[in-house]
Amino acid sequence: MLKVENVSKVFRSGAFGGKKAKVIHDIDFEVKPGEVVSLIGESGSGKTTVGRMILRLTSVSEGRITFDGEDISKLKGSALKSYYRRVQGVFQDPFSSFNPIFKVGRVFRTIRREFLSDLDVAAWETRLSGALNAVGLEVSALDKYPHQMSGGQLQRLLIARALVLDIRVLVADEIISMLDASTRIDVLNLLGDLKSKGLSIIFVTHDLALGNYISDRIIILQKGVIVEMGATDRVFGDPQHPYTRSLLDAVPHLHTRWSDAELKDLGLVTDTARFGGHLIEHRENHLVRVYS
Amino acid sequence: MLAVSDLKIHYRTLAGSVKALDGVSFSVRDGEIMGLAGESGCGKSTLGKALIRLEERMMYVGGQVTLDGATLPIADDRAMNPYRFRHVSIVPQYAMSALNPTRRIGRMINELLEARGIKGATLRPELERRLAVLGLTPDVLGMYPIELSGGMKQRVVMVLSTLLDPSLLIADEVTSALDVASQKKVAGALVEFRDRGYVKSMIVVTHDLAILAQIADSILIMYAGKLAEKAPTRTIIEAPAHPYTRLLLGSLPEVGIRFEDRRLPGIKGRPPSLLDPPQGCRFRDRCPLAFGKCVEEPPFIDIAPGHQVACWKADAHAQG
Repeated sequence: MLKVENVSKVFRSGAFGGKKAKVIHDIDFEVKPGEVVSLIGESGSGKTTVGRMILRLTSVSEGRITFDGEDISKLKGSALKSYYRRVQGVFQDPFSSFNPIFKVGRVFRTIRREFLSDLDVAAWETRLSGALNAVGLEVSALDKYPHQMSGGQLQRLLIARALVLDIRVLVADEIISMLDASTRIDVLNLLGDLKSKGLSIIFVTHDLALGNYISDRIIILQKGVIVEMGATDRVFGDPQHPYTRSLLDAVPHLHTRWSDAELKDLGLVTDTARFGGHLIEHRENHLVRVYS
Repeated sequence: MLAVSDLKIHYRTLAGSVKALDGVSFSVRDGEIMGLAGESGCGKSTLGKALIRLEERMMYVGGQVTLDGATLPIADDRAMNPYRFRHVSIVPQYAMSALNPTRRIGRMINELLEARGIKGATLRPELERRLAVLGLTPDVLGMYPIELSGGMKQRVVMVLSTLLDPSLLIADEVTSALDVASQKKVAGALVEFRDRGYVKSMIVVTHDLAILAQIADSILIMYAGKLAEKAPTRTIIEAPAHPYTRLLLGSLPEVGIRFEDRRLPGIKGRPPSLLDPPQGCRFRDRCPLAFGKCVEEPPFIDIAPGHQVACWKADAHAQG
């Protein structure tokens, strides 16, 4: 359905844009209907850039991204609008996604004006209450100001905003990193429910435990390169790339305590970034980058 | 040794005073790393801040804080000055933004020390030694903050905050904004500093129980401005007695738990408003075990040595 085909991204930097920095190297993956794919990596790994390219907020330098076979960079006008009817994003900080001087219901009116002006009032209201219902909020929530709601509620409103459009792909960029443990799990469970109704989700995160909980497939990114990808239980159960292993080793567990030596080993996660190499199939549904 | 008794701190707002910290008592032994955890708005950050500097909106209402036998004048901003940095120090939540962007790090540290009447040069060898302990070269002193990564800045601030060997260090959400690798380094650094005696005791404020499970000796759980439970780390993780602690632990996805196999429950409802908190146990609206007696406030009492809980049903739990 959604395919990212050999995509690279070059940013220009320096005073006159004379320097070039390649931040995404030849990334290639597909998202199937009803599948949750996690993009996992540290800050600077390019995971957010990939999400933004899918949402067309950032252009693609090489390669292409297709949705149902169509190159999204070529979409214009009504074709682009219809792309946004099917692919939407939710971002990390829910407080900065709302204008604090308006009630939160305003974002839904904007959506209706821009995308769904052909719906009559009754049909719109059914759809709106359906979307709010799916995220566990009442219609009365729309009459509140952003500061009257919790981060988890605002984040659920933003998901509802995407659902109103009958989307097929949701790009969720660190959407729960700022939430508390108990609200976090509510939003994660909501994503799980939406997935079982056929929604595809691209889940961008640096938290391996959260990525593991929700996703069918995992893509591990290091400095813009895919180092390992495949089914969640394969990648996390039997990690092959040293980077994936070092990330997993650094995840704190509740019930096993790091030894003193492990804890104080500052060199544990060494910089293993290497360019070049290629992905090979380690097992079915499990690709690993090797360097030869 | 830190002892806090019946501390009350309220926030002034237009709608009235928000009882963010409503009578908390606990102590931290020398050499102890105490984790302080709870959800946003439970008062954990307020408690951390109150021990070093009250913000303008924060109002001291009552209670006592003693550090190594001396009373900390926390209500008096000026009287607190001799204690700050020398006796109590803090690594703030956004340590990345705590560094002056227009100064090289070494110069900034010198200026800070000189403002306290200490010659920077005398502490320079010790400063470099401590940076090395955290895997940083003396080169960072010649750099601007923008040249360092988030985790490196966090470690620089840790070295700076503890340079005068304070008795108590408050680490406020120091690992929250970092990714796993840097998080682990910072967590290891906290333990290293305690072990080397750079600080006597530490309060690590965080919402991340998994990181506390790694580094804390004891964990204090707060809920809606009150203490819910305090116990040695293993007890909190393996045998929590307060229903809130249990639900909080139950909502953490660990690596290995999948949505398909086991759907984690979460905690229904929201914490009460602290403008006008309800009588009795503040968790009772969300608590699966609530019964008639919960309209009375449960005392924060010992159910085992070193294990205190504020719940009428805690004893029953402890016995299985």
